[in-house]
Amino acid sequence: MISIAWKSLCNRWPTALLAVLAIAMSVALILTVEKIRRDARTSFTQTISGTDLVVGARSGAVQLLLYSVFRIGNATNNISWESVDDIKKRQAIDWVIPISLGDSHGGFRVLGTNHDYFDHYRYGNKTALSFAEGKRFEDVFDAVIGSEVAAQLKYRIGDEMVVAHGTGRVGLVKHDKQPFKVSGILNATGTPVDRAVHVSLEGIEAMHVDWRNGANVKGEGTAADEIRNMELKPTAVTALLVGLKSKATVFREQRAINTYRAEPLLAILPGVALQELWGLVSVAELALMIVSVVVVIAGLVNLMSVLLAGLNERRREMAVLRSVGARPIHVFLLLCIESTLLTMGGIIIGLMLHYALTGVGAVYLQQRFGLTVQLTLPHTAEIRILLFVAFAGILAGMIPALQAYRKSLADGLSQKL
Amino acid sequence: MTSVTQHIVELNDVRFAWNKHAKPVLDIREFKMQRGEHVFLQGPSGSGKTTLLSLIAAVLSPQSGEITVDGQPLAELRRGQRDQFRVDHIGLVFQQFNLLPFLSVADNVRLSCRFSPTRKARASKEGRSLDQEIDRLLDAMQLSASEYRHRPTSQLSVGQQQRVAVARALIGQPALIIADEPTSSLDSDARQAFLDLLFSEIEAAGSTLLFVSHDALLASSFNRRVDLRDINSAAYSASTAGELR
Repeated sequence: MISIAWKSLCNRWPTALLAVLAIAMSVALILTVEKIRRDARTSFTQTISGTDLVVGARSGAVQLLLYSVFRIGNATNNISWESVDDIKKRQAIDWVIPISLGDSHGGFRVLGTNHDYFDHYRYGNKTALSFAEGKRFEDVFDAVIGSEVAAQLKYRIGDEMVVAHGTGRVGLVKHDKQPFKVSGILNATGTPVDRAVHVSLEGIEAMHVDWRNGANVKGEGTAADEIRNMELKPTAVTALLVGLKSKATVFREQRAINTYRAEPLLAILPGVALQELWGLVSVAELALMIVSVVVVIAGLVNLMSVLLAGLNERRREMAVLRSVGARPIHVFLLLCIESTLLTMGGIIIGLMLHYALTGVGAVYLQQRFGLTVQLTLPHTAEIRILLFVAFAGILAGMIPALQAYRKSLADGLSQKL
Repeated sequence: MTSVTQHIVELNDVRFAWNKHAKPVLDIREFKMQRGEHVFLQGPSGSGKTTLLSLIAAVLSPQSGEITVDGQPLAELRRGQRDQFRVDHIGLVFQQFNLLPFLSVADNVRLSCRFSPTRKARASKEGRSLDQEIDRLLDAMQLSASEYRHRPTSQLSVGQQQRVAVARALIGQPALIIADEPTSSLDSDARQAFLDLLFSEIEAAGSTLLFVSHDALLASSFNRRVDLRDINSAAYSASTAGELR
């Protein structure tokens, strides 16, 4: 039976192929949507751990989280250094990582911070940052780069790099009088850290020595050594990552910072802000999922129509089978086997397509957004989707099969068409 | 096995109508075929020839009366059993489109055995394999097995296709071969050649032949010639009666 079904399908390969492709594409789409959805969540959740509060200028919680931790979008305002000092002085606070953003190098963000970043920043399952090569920045013009930066720009320890103002890939103005030197390369983390160039807060100040109000005031630029001798004290930072001595004090500290008088500040709990972000994103996710499901249904409807349309042309085939002893149930099974073969073919090609898509897409997503999409075996959710498609495909095949069954009963051996 | 009786086909007081309220198409008081007989069943189009064949082949059931084929009263069989009975005991050849276009010549011949272990067993007895028997039949049908075995049937001429259909009907030696106007799509030369092959192989297999045609010219080669209008007492439309015979 299976070989007859197979050969019959081969005989009608153009329509069969179209039906398979329609299912394959819908399967690939729904799997990819599901995969990106889940990996995006994992990727976001993995980015920050162990940080109790994120502090920034007053804006939205989601916005603050996005620009400070995920480096998406820009800060609306900075925190003055006086406020940073005030927060640092608080009893309950264990450590503070200052973050200063706003410059870029080769399309990667430059992040100004201090050694606390390497001491206290945690990602994934409370994993600390580690060096693949080299060491932390010691000099004003030292830079520690993420693995992705090193890989894409092919930097080694000791290489010089010019930092540009602004965050675009092509910086309009370059701080080319004060070249930085790579002092260390971090191990890959699968987070936006991979895509950052870390320099000291003094380094950030140093870049802007000759810049006032966004314009280069000195034609020649100040020499690096001259800058080294200046007193480079940061006046403001973009955000703070705060660790507390005790988790129990988190809400009290949050309220204290939010009601800080000298400057309007916002403190958020990263987990809570993430939940808020998912709340926003889930609408889009749902829409994407609905579209994917509709595409799958369209694929199955197409399968059904291909089989149904074929039935009329194949009445003779059915009559021949009946004349050599095939029962109506055989005719029914034949059609069921066909739809099963087509669905399975669609699922297999769809899976391959899905892996090809994620394989290619992962590179893009990693480079563009720092999102890590891994090639993994199908998860339970994906297997459930595949089973659903297989089941629905076989079910969709039942309708033409039933039709063929009825026709073969009514037609008998008659070939008069 | 069913008991061997003298008659391979026996119809008694058979009445058939397409539905309860319609006039009967067939009303046959008696129709019998001896074992080994070659019967030519004649009748104009619309006279119920194909319906009669469908009744004998257990595809249709009569409203009343009894049909016995190869000693088996068909009324005793359930629906599934009838399909099995048909393939075990009857080889069918139609007017045209007998073959599955996507199967090779040999696979088409093999089809009968796929659904009938009985015929498969009979085809492969006497120490030969099923494939050898297929080849033998193809050769007998003048379709050189070595040349045609693996050909797709779509490459065959109509005459060749009909001969493949005969090989399929004959494989596993069914007791009865029913041929429904198998020559109508052939030209007159091919027609006689086809008949000669059919006869010789049916004789070799010891089968009985019920051959239906409206072409009276062919009748001379048969043992017996039956005009359906003579045995069917159901009136049929006068408009088709004037058709050329």
